[in-house]
Amino acid sequence: MDWTRILANVVGEFFSPLTAAYAIAAIGLNIHFGLTGLLNMGQAGFMLIGAYGFAITTLAGGSALAGILVGLVAAVVFSLILGMPTLRLRGDYLAIVTIAAAEIVRLIARSTSMTWLTGGNAGIAGDGFKNAFHETCPFPSGNTTVLWWTYPNCYSNSWWLRIVAWVLVGLFCLLVWRLMRSPWGRVLKGIREDEDAVRSLGKNVYSYKMQALVLGGVLGAIAGIIYVLPQAVQADSMGRPTTFFVWTLLLLGGAATVFGPVLGSVLLWAVLMLIRSVMRDVIPMSVLSSEQIEAFSFITVGVTLMLLVIFRPQGILGDKKELAINVR
Amino acid sequence: MSADATHQSPAAAAFADVEHKPGAKKPDPILVADGVHRAFGGMVAVDVEHLEIQRGAITALIGPNGAGKTTLFNLLTGFDKPDKGSWSFDGKSLAGVPAGKVARAGMVRTFQLTKALSRMTVLDNMRLGAPRQPGENLLTALVPPLWRRREAEITEMADALLARFKLDAKRQDFAGSLSGGQRKLLEMARALMNGPQMIMLDEPMAGVNPALTQSLLGHIQALRDDGMTVLFVEHDMHMVRHISDWVIVMAEGRIVAEGPPGEVMSDQAVIDAYLGAHHDTDLGDDSLLSDEVADQLEREAEQEQAEREAENEEGGR
Repeated sequence: MDWTRILANVVGEFFSPLTAAYAIAAIGLNIHFGLTGLLNMGQAGFMLIGAYGFAITTLAGGSALAGILVGLVAAVVFSLILGMPTLRLRGDYLAIVTIAAAEIVRLIARSTSMTWLTGGNAGIAGDGFKNAFHETCPFPSGNTTVLWWTYPNCYSNSWWLRIVAWVLVGLFCLLVWRLMRSPWGRVLKGIREDEDAVRSLGKNVYSYKMQALVLGGVLGAIAGIIYVLPQAVQADSMGRPTTFFVWTLLLLGGAATVFGPVLGSVLLWAVLMLIRSVMRDVIPMSVLSSEQIEAFSFITVGVTLMLLVIFRPQGILGDKKELAINVR
Repeated sequence: MSADATHQSPAAAAFADVEHKPGAKKPDPILVADGVHRAFGGMVAVDVEHLEIQRGAITALIGPNGAGKTTLFNLLTGFDKPDKGSWSFDGKSLAGVPAGKVARAGMVRTFQLTKALSRMTVLDNMRLGAPRQPGENLLTALVPPLWRRREAEITEMADALLARFKLDAKRQDFAGSLSGGQRKLLEMARALMNGPQMIMLDEPMAGVNPALTQSLLGHIQALRDDGMTVLFVEHDMHMVRHISDWVIVMAEGRIVAEGPPGEVMSDQAVIDAYLGAHHDTDLGDDSLLSDEVADQLEREAEQEQAEREAENEEGGR
């Protein structure tokens, strides 16, 4: 067995753009769920909105910056439309509406009648929309090898994308850290605990919930853009499973913590890669095909997560003391 | 038992010329409600024609379970919307105004089931109650120098209140770790952080141990002496008698009686509707546990029941 290659693969996952994208989506979800208690079950919908906003704008000749702006504005509009009718209702309604809304976005995007705009079922191929981002790359073209990892400098699954994505992860962690320790974050936390109590103290709960929904949704859209940059935009690649991965890794790392989403993302994808690579090497094709190994690795992760949630429900970084208090 | 002699505050004196009837006019009302009506399906929960609450006094709102006291609280504080009706607080109309704005106008409430924010510290619970913290704006929150000074002021105010309510030793504990009585105190202290003109307490004594009751009563009286208006719902008649300047009785959504505590509690209509003939008797008294007394009470109850049935039959004809 080639341990060097396996380890290189696993450690490569630590800083892949995909891991960063999931981390950012989870930071957004953490603002919804961990800080405010909003049950957003449609984070993938926000990611899709961001990805399509970016891809369609840059395909039409817009710059990368214009693409990002369009993605973000679309996410803001989407959260407002979602939030206006539902944020006045009890929490579970938001869960139902968000999962439905995310599915609506996905189904519209992949429908044949939208092929002229979204590429329909086939999506938007990578070479079309990525150039706008490549043009922002300060490095010469070509490949660079650092230790065991070789990636293109600028193109697609590149070093440049890795740098941008992880700088963003750092910035958003800083943002959440700052906000969590501010009076604004305190109001959100109060809403998470009991919104009627916060209302009785003179705060406009609806407005705070809306701010949280928009902010977390915007982060979701940025995550969507990073998610599609190394590949193509395809509606089905950001469906319900994506939302559940984001939830899983948020709970794994620890909701309502600053680094929980990042740690969760790194661990989930690295462990998946480890199980997958080891099994491919160890188990002969006649016993388990590579598709079966793929499925089996997800099962293993699922079981691990069940154990974790049973025995350490606050997640890896969560505060046991905070969880020890049984709410109601 | 002489009820009136237990207290006589200047606030109570203001009621000297007030008529003892439902909807009576007060000399200086802070809250005036008219025609407030709320029905849940076919059941009329609140139907209040006219209500005035005197400024700077402690007013008790009593009545049997289901009388509509908490619903009236919810309506007045914007937590529920009436079918019709209007009310004004300190001259400003507050009908249809959302709960957060009602609190900012100076009318703050507490809840029957205490709403301590469990997974926040006692101190953070308190700080959350404070108004005008610029850091509660999303953009300002990112720049600490813009809100640190106000935060220090708020913390100082919170510590002073916590000391007054004897919760200062718990300031860094999670509110969820407090006892039921301490949570009641915290909720009241938190409401005071808002600097309200009027505080509405929904069953402040429920679940509070007797040792704490006395200090809670003292706190409520101190609020009035500081010039605050207090309106509270309570089932503990000893407390009502002891601290209230004025009592309003509700039954089946309507106000059925108003008056000073001593008089209201001897009013036959109130006794029939709510208190029961033996409301002055201490049911915890051991001498009452003998068989003879129990038998006698039972006979009385049967007799009352028979009378009521006879009345109903007459009414039915």
